Amino acid sequence: MGSLLSACGINVKKKKVEEERHLRANDREFNLSFKYANNAIKTSKYNVFTFLPLNLFEQFQRLANAYFVFLLILQLIPQISSLSWFTTVVPLLLVLSITLAKDLSDDITRHKNDNHVNNRKVEVLINGELKSEKWMNVQVGDIVKLENNEFVTADLLLLSSSEPLNLIYIETAELDGETNLKVKQALTLTGDLGNDIQKLAAFNGEVRCEPPNNRLDKFTGTLTMRGETFALDNERILLRGCTLRNTEWCFGLVVFGGPDTKLMQNSGKSVFKRTSIDHLMNVLVMFIFGFLAFMCTILSIGNAIWEYQEGNSFITFLPRADGANASLSAFLTFWSYVIILNTVVPISLYVSVEILRLGNSYFIDWDRKMYHVKSDTPAQARTTTLNEELGQIKYIFSDKTGTLTQNIMTFNRCSINGKSYGEVVDFAGQRVEVTEKTEKVDFSWNPLADPKFCFHDHKLVEVVKSGSPEVQAFFRLLALCHTVMPEEKTEGELFYQAQSPDEGALVTAARNFGFVFRSRTPETISLVEMGVPTTYELLAVLDFNNVRKRMSVIVRSPEGKLTLFCKGADTIIYERLHPSSSKLMEVTTEHLNEYAGEGLRTLALAYKDLDEDEFEKWKERHHEASTSLEDREAKLDTIYEEIEKDLLLLGASAVEDKLQDGVPQTIEQLAKADIKIWVLTGDKQETAENIGYSCNMLREEMKEIFIVAANTAEEVREELVNARKKMSPESGDEPPIEKSRLLGKKSQVVEDEKVDGEYGLVINGHSLAFALQKDMQLELLRTACMCQAVICCRVTPLQKAQVVELVKKHKKAVTLAIGDGANDVSMIKTAHIGVGISGQEGMQAVLSSDFSFAQFRYLQRLLLVHGRWSYLRMCKFLRYFFYKNFTFTFVHFWYGFFCGFSAQTVYDEWFITLYNLVYTALPVIGLSIFDQDVNDRWSFQYPQLYAPGQLNQYFSKMAFARILLHSCYSSLVLFFIPWAAMCDTVRDDGKDIADYQSFALLAQTCLLIAVSVQMGLDTYYWTAVNQFFLWGSLSVYFAVTFTMYSNGMYLIFTSSFPFIGTARNSLNQPNVWLTIFLTTILCILPVVAKRFLFIQLKPTINDKVRHKVRQAKAVPPPLPRKFPRRRISTRRSGYAFSHARGYGDLVTSGRFLRIPVKSRPALFPHTDTPVADSTPQTYRTIFEEAQSP
Amino acid sequence: MYNFPGFIKQAPIIRKTDRADICLKVHTVSLSFLSEDIRMKNEGKSAQRPDNTAFTQQRLPAWQPILSAGIVIPGFLIIGLAFIGIGIGLFLTSQTIQVQEMDYTGVEKDSPCFRCTIPSNLNCTCEVTFSLSTLFTGPVFFYYGLSNYYQNFRRYGVSKDYNQLTGDTRYFKSRSPEEDCSPYSYDSNNNPIVPCGAIANSIFNDTFELYQIINGTKKQVPLDGRGISWWTDYNIKYRNPSPVNGSLAKAFDGTVKPINWPRPAYELDLTDPNNNGFLNQDFLVWMRRAALPQFRKLYRRITDGDYAAGLPAGNYSLTVHYNYPVLSFDGRKKVVFSNVSWMGGKNNFLGLAYLVVGSLCVVMSVVMLVVYAKFKFSDDDDA
Repeated sequence: MGSLLSACGINVKKKKVEEERHLRANDREFNLSFKYANNAIKTSKYNVFTFLPLNLFEQFQRLANAYFVFLLILQLIPQISSLSWFTTVVPLLLVLSITLAKDLSDDITRHKNDNHVNNRKVEVLINGELKSEKWMNVQVGDIVKLENNEFVTADLLLLSSSEPLNLIYIETAELDGETNLKVKQALTLTGDLGNDIQKLAAFNGEVRCEPPNNRLDKFTGTLTMRGETFALDNERILLRGCTLRNTEWCFGLVVFGGPDTKLMQNSGKSVFKRTSIDHLMNVLVMFIFGFLAFMCTILSIGNAIWEYQEGNSFITFLPRADGANASLSAFLTFWSYVIILNTVVPISLYVSVEILRLGNSYFIDWDRKMYHVKSDTPAQARTTTLNEELGQIKYIFSDKTGTLTQNIMTFNRCSINGKSYGEVVDFAGQRVEVTEKTEKVDFSWNPLADPKFCFHDHKLVEVVKSGSPEVQAFFRLLALCHTVMPEEKTEGELFYQAQSPDEGALVTAARNFGFVFRSRTPETISLVEMGVPTTYELLAVLDFNNVRKRMSVIVRSPEGKLTLFCKGADTIIYERLHPSSSKLMEVTTEHLNEYAGEGLRTLALAYKDLDEDEFEKWKERHHEASTSLEDREAKLDTIYEEIEKDLLLLGASAVEDKLQDGVPQTIEQLAKADIKIWVLTGDKQETAENIGYSCNMLREEMKEIFIVAANTAEEVREELVNARKKMSPESGDEPPIEKSRLLGKKSQVVEDEKVDGEYGLVINGHSLAFALQKDMQLELLRTACMCQAVICCRVTPLQKAQVVELVKKHKKAVTLAIGDGANDVSMIKTAHIGVGISGQEGMQAVLSSDFSFAQFRYLQRLLLVHGRWSYLRMCKFLRYFFYKNFTFTFVHFWYGFFCGFSAQTVYDEWFITLYNLVYTALPVIGLSIFDQDVNDRWSFQYPQLYAPGQLNQYFSKMAFARILLHSCYSSLVLFFIPWAAMCDTVRDDGKDIADYQSFALLAQTCLLIAVSVQMGLDTYYWTAVNQFFLWGSLSVYFAVTFTMYSNGMYLIFTSSFPFIGTARNSLNQPNVWLTIFLTTILCILPVVAKRFLFIQLKPTINDKVRHKVRQAKAVPPPLPRKFPRRRISTRRSGYAFSHARGYGDLVTSGRFLRIPVKSRPALFPHTDTPVADSTPQTYRTIFEEAQSP
Repeated sequence: MYNFPGFIKQAPIIRKTDRADICLKVHTVSLSFLSEDIRMKNEGKSAQRPDNTAFTQQRLPAWQPILSAGIVIPGFLIIGLAFIGIGIGLFLTSQTIQVQEMDYTGVEKDSPCFRCTIPSNLNCTCEVTFSLSTLFTGPVFFYYGLSNYYQNFRRYGVSKDYNQLTGDTRYFKSRSPEEDCSPYSYDSNNNPIVPCGAIANSIFNDTFELYQIINGTKKQVPLDGRGISWWTDYNIKYRNPSPVNGSLAKAFDGTVKPINWPRPAYELDLTDPNNNGFLNQDFLVWMRRAALPQFRKLYRRITDGDYAAGLPAGNYSLTVHYNYPVLSFDGRKKVVFSNVSWMGGKNNFLGLAYLVVGSLCVVMSVVMLVVYAKFKFSDDDDA
């Protein structure tokens, strides 16, 4: 999948830099003079002729392949060649052809897609006529007509549309993954062209604009028409890849075609991630090269000595065409041994690694337990090269909204006039746990009620029905004071479009309790109050922003009463209350505390009746302020402040920010696996803290939770240091740094420090900004890494990435970032592994992630089961693979001492060729695809099993050294036992058996059986497939051997199969089999003994659990644990609104369009980083039909 | 995976309604449950649900052995005992095999062949005597042995041409891999050598005659040179060229003998016309090159006449026609008389190795038992 991306990237050819694009509508000749790309796209890499040479060229750029070509060249030099050419060519060809086949199938798919897309038809205006034309023939400057639900052909300048105001609606799912519709509007001038073909054909506007680039949210250019110049921006541009929706037709002018479109310009971005095992493997391969050189040097020195002492005098029988020059001979021998011992760097290693990673990725895709039924989304391994790293995660960085929480708000509790509602109590007055089965309030009396709305407290309905003025006022406020847009598709079927889900929840609550918000115009709000249609006059909207933390509306009731309704953060409202509300305030505060303690998001509600005169005066000043050119915002704020005072408290609402299913359990499991979880959220500190508690990250049993919220760098440092000293009094001032130099890259690694007990850390955005500065980074890192859980609030996307980068850089640990929104893209790309929640905030996060699934809770399965297995399998595979190849190769080394260091191989050349490719390939793949130590349930039962991965225990340099020693031992056994057994031995009929060919057959049979048994010993999980592969491979070996050594093969290919008869003549000898048996036992038993003793003396967690599983065989496996319900804490939330400012402007302006991007708070600074580039466009999607001309 | 145009699923289409009485209209589906509903309707409830098979869900039934004490300790014991048993059998068998070995290189001054080591002494013959105290049970095999002789040297090993040796005369004059036989490919007059290469050229050319000395008179022991090579070598791997006009020699026309050979290939055995060319038994034995620098090769069998039951006790004299020079590279030559058993020739190593390994296994099983009894990790220790 990664290669697919890169393929596109490569194909965006760099042409000579285009500085400005200049084109004229309907003038092909003029436009052709610039040689702009037409609309044909090409994502494929090759064509029929270039495929082979180009692909081979690419493949040979890989080190491993190049190395084998180098070997092949060596083999062609007769003085050096110690092996026949086919020993290298066959594996190389196999590897090349596997890759070739994969690339070919990828490219054919791409060709198909290209053709499909290029041959789509679109109507193009040519010579004053609309003609159906293939996409690929569309040129820059053409005018095309799009119809509803058609794909946008190229990047177009929108000219006119069927809709009022020259609007069109597009869906941008393919560009940024967001499924909601967006609006674009044409210039009035061009809009007037309508669908008049004559006028359009005569249109000869000239466009000058920026050259092709990949910024989806920016476009600058001008349109010159009849001498007038108009500015063009992104609002006028339709990007290729979008789909036209709800618009009958539209006309557009092609500005960028094919490869120049923003879609294609964007498609090259991808970051290649490599796992730590990859890095280790690279280091090891380097080491192996060194080791190879070392062995070859020893052998060539040996050769020099041998030549000097023996070879010189052996001339009688040995050919010496080139004279007996010891040093020349040693030099040649060096290279000969490079060829023979090349199997220590096996070419098939890389291919096998790819295969098994692919296999394990498929298992992730196939896992039904990570499939979300509700949204029909299976888990997806989008990158197939990172699996084993999932088993090594030490730090998880998680987004909050949409990841831990569902971003679905439900109206849960409320306090009205000092009475709290929403709790279910039984007859004894005891609180009752709300479950699925709890009886819901019946809203059938209200025909406009939302059937999905749930509420469990019957009292509230009764109070509403009884006509309590406070309660009615409470809901009236909720129904009026908001910026929600309603949509009524059919009579009585209302849908609300809310800026923040909190608002939606509140308005829906009001709707169900009989205050139905039905429709709005800029001047009015229509409600159905307890079944009576009522229309309020909307006089002003005092919109929400982050400073005000409240919003108000001023309305005139049908009776003519003026009222200001205000809702906002409790602290803010409290400051503006009339003294008469103080008593109620106390009771409400109690309720608020209670709600906050349950992790609910609270709002205080207040109102105020206004005086007509007072309001008129205020309105004038308001008008003045709102039209002033300078400081409008500040002036408005002051004006608002003036009128929002002496409020009367109505009560408070509490909205539940629903956690995703299973979040607390998942976090607890991950914590048990010793994974540290950091939540990085844009939310406020209080909210974040609350969520921290409700999802089990922060726990009561933690020794302390540090809160860093300071305003200066020094204070931040002080708080960090204090926290650290508390956790670990003896920790020094200097961070314990382990400097290491790896492949020329210097890295500072901060070691873990010991802490007694669990701690938590909460740091707010302001402090984080200081803490992330260069000189304080390490301080932050040290303190934060000592804590079990860290919560960073109010962080920007950039900071998210910085935090991840900090840990990644200075900790020897694998990081994982999980998120669902565009603001998480940066950290997802930064972390070792990025996980995207395919949820509600569009596909941005998923598109840049390595793994994606629908629910946070699947993370535990991904890590504790798939990750752990993948890691286990990968390590087993590597250990075994290196073992079998080292053992294989070392035997040659020992034989060197007995054959005059002449680079004589021990084995038959065919065996050398087929050993890795045929005889041992499938069993090891079987092992590394199917093996599991314990099944998934036990993996969940003992999250501690995850620890070895974090500590890199299964495959490290130490493990590698052990493999080396083990192979050394095995190869000694495998060479010297046959050596001693065959010395001076003859067959039972007195004939020769100590000849070279018989010895080779014996040695290779011993080797193959020994490594196969070793494989059996390493396998924990023997499926039928494993058995089949293992036995199959052994039988294939004997079958192939007997075939190759048969008369027929010799008679046909005389010089290729000189081992004729060897198998028949030696494998029928009992002493041969006794030797094979002895070597195998000698290779295996010490391993068995060692493992057994280690299990007894120093059992690992793995051994213990496996032992337990064995014991529990009779007993049914453990059931998933029941988790206790969330406990109630007494934290305090001061939560106001969850999101940016509302639709206030829009509602009152009457232009329900075009809120500039900058109205989003500075949470998403638009910088030139790719992060900023990839944030989605913000469109407004509302328009008013009544306003249309 | 990147979404290419045309690749994505059809997104929900929101129909435009034309109700005029609604003032504000929203063309957006953002409330998640709504879009989900529509998607489900469009695609069927669980179109993408993965298959529930044992393979995809990684639930394949499997045997999961662990190294438990119940298997390992008895296993070691059983293997150990079995090995000791096999070892005793092998060792005893090996002990029954009789071997008579004599080095006749002539390095020591007082050895009978010392005078033949002088290079100028051509066609030298020496006599080695030995005596057997008991019957040397037959069939007796007569080997010659060489040591410090690197038949396994790579460039020695490749120095031959199998195509030539299959009797394909096309390869007599032009060779497939030209270099392999070099420098024994052509003689100084550029005539092709057949058989070419170092192996053939260096054929062992000492010959022996064995006499039993009965009351001072020598009685020749008949040596059988037939069937001493591998059946496959004699019948398949090596073939003589088809005789031209009934003469094998004609088939070799235009070629010369290997440099060291006294006679061309078709005259290797003057006594038996069928034992000539590439199918000469001694040649075949020599061409099967040894794996190790010390080796022995079968020379003759003693199966005929009075000696079919073996060599009776008594004195023997071996006449050596000493031709093969080994002293230059510090080599040794020897003759070996041996009989065989089911396990081949005499080799004490295998028996001893089995005994040692078997005993170690038994010891190990005891050690493991002790460790297990003393240290075995407690089961109730919560993992």
